Amino acid sequence: MSAPPPSLGRRMVRHYLSRVLFVVAMGLVLVFFALPMLWLVTAPFDADPSLTVGWPDWTLANFAQLAENRYALGSLRNSLILGVGTMVLVLALGSLAAYALSRVRIPGRDGLLYALLLLSSIVTGTAAMVPTFQLMTQIGLINTQIGVILVLAGGVLPTVVFILKDFMDSIPKSYEESARLYGASPLQILTHVVVPTARPGLAFVAVWTVVQVWGNFLVPFLLLRTPESQPAAVLMYTFYTEGGQPDLRLLSAFSLVFSVPVIAMYFLVNRRYGFRFHGGIKS
Amino acid sequence: MSATGTAAGPGLRRQPGRRRRADDVAGLGRVRAGLFVAPALALIGLFLVFPAVWTIYLGMTDYRLTGLAAANPEFVGLDNFATALGDDEFWHSLWLTLIFVLVSGVIGQTLLGFSVAWALRRVRGWVKSVIETLVLAAWVVPASVASFLWLALLDRRTGTLNALLGTEGTAWLIEYPMVAIIVFNVWVGTAFSMLLFSSALAAVPPSQLESARMVGAGSWQQLRDVVLPNIRGHILTNTLLITLWTFNTFTPYLLTAGGPRDESAILAVYIYTTAIPGGQLGMGAAISLIMLLINLVIALGYLRVARAASGGRR
Repeated sequence: MSAPPPSLGRRMVRHYLSRVLFVVAMGLVLVFFALPMLWLVTAPFDADPSLTVGWPDWTLANFAQLAENRYALGSLRNSLILGVGTMVLVLALGSLAAYALSRVRIPGRDGLLYALLLLSSIVTGTAAMVPTFQLMTQIGLINTQIGVILVLAGGVLPTVVFILKDFMDSIPKSYEESARLYGASPLQILTHVVVPTARPGLAFVAVWTVVQVWGNFLVPFLLLRTPESQPAAVLMYTFYTEGGQPDLRLLSAFSLVFSVPVIAMYFLVNRRYGFRFHGGIKS
Repeated sequence: MSATGTAAGPGLRRQPGRRRRADDVAGLGRVRAGLFVAPALALIGLFLVFPAVWTIYLGMTDYRLTGLAAANPEFVGLDNFATALGDDEFWHSLWLTLIFVLVSGVIGQTLLGFSVAWALRRVRGWVKSVIETLVLAAWVVPASVASFLWLALLDRRTGTLNALLGTEGTAWLIEYPMVAIIVFNVWVGTAFSMLLFSSALAAVPPSQLESARMVGAGSWQQLRDVVLPNIRGHILTNTLLITLWTFNTFTPYLLTAGGPRDESAILAVYIYTTAIPGGQLGMGAAISLIMLLINLVIALGYLRVARAASGGRR
């Protein structure tokens, strides 16, 4: 309070300087994040792409390469199977569990939820890769899609139950009360009353799960050993590490087709529901 | 600001005595509720908890991927742990992991994410959405695509970076492998901190900022005296998650595969190369267990700090 206000001239200089600083800093951030991304949006449309970013010689012919490659389309289909399979499994088991945990006070419920959430963030695919590999070999699920789906589902379920319970806690209970008056069984109440009401929550979890699985590299890389069964995340890696020059026309088109679905889903979710942070923070 | 206000709203709060019956409106009962929860718990138990526990056993065997020890592994007790702890390669990898987590996660992602959120807090319009979209896109793009984008950027002969800087022939990934994976990880992960901090900053009470401005606080002083105390909880959570994620990430493998000569073999990569291509499953499991324990220590340490912080506030 006691300091004399700086003169108008000095204030203007400071204001001007901070504007310049702001613009320069934001420019640097922009360049840093945009530079690697440029290749992804130019190379797929370039008739003769190189690793250097440049103005493309426009064509769509690169996308035709995808159909010609033996594994490209199949791997996208595998990614879809893994994503949808995990999502269906996780939604079915997750909503059953979340509903019961939301409506009935099972002893030790909150402790259990937090322990599982903590566990799922500690036991990552990385730290448990050896026993997971081992387990799948023993029960004969190595090299199968179902094996990958089960491992991925086990990894995301704690978070899914946590999020879904949050959504179900906020559903008014009067609907269920009246359904019960008309003689509906608990399972009927769940499928006919709760699930339709919780649809935004289920949609959020569904998209979130698919995005997680779509980009996951380690689990399928570890458990799927034949190119026919591998998802796009692993095939992409194979494309650029195989001996010889990678075919950049194929590679660039494949990267874009592989990335666009998750980017689209992500921004859709962001627009419709906004970002919600879970696990102890609610802002 | 009650914590229970989410579900029913203040008008519908029930008497504590009737709570259990009123909650269970579907008439589930405990037994059926247990049946509803059981399938999910079984899946989590089998594919998440069991591997974690089995790591302890596997780490005490000489299990190998192929050969004699693959058929009947022998119990070797704590030998693997002794070997790992006496191995320079392990300590080297742990050291690299520490640098990686500190520089790329705790410092890089958090600071950059916070700075972007802070700089854009009062900006509206296309500048904000362009920057946010780009930062987010880096986060959302699948890891194997992101790694190839960086391989293309840093390529020795025809990479864009060398063309821009005029440093033709510089093999960034071979000469500076750690710097490369650190910068890469900042690029990939900054979005999370940015999102978290921008929602935290939006929740700082404007009245407090207003009164700070009234007494003549500059933006630096406002940041230190008003904003940081308000978002302490968010900083803590952000740091925990970033630390765990960075500590466990396997993605740098896609960029350098740990090379050249283990110079960028952070712990996750080291376990993989030991266990699967190296075939020493028992040894890999032992190092995994050490990694799990470090994870546990990080998480428990965080819980402690969080509890102390919230206890202090009440």
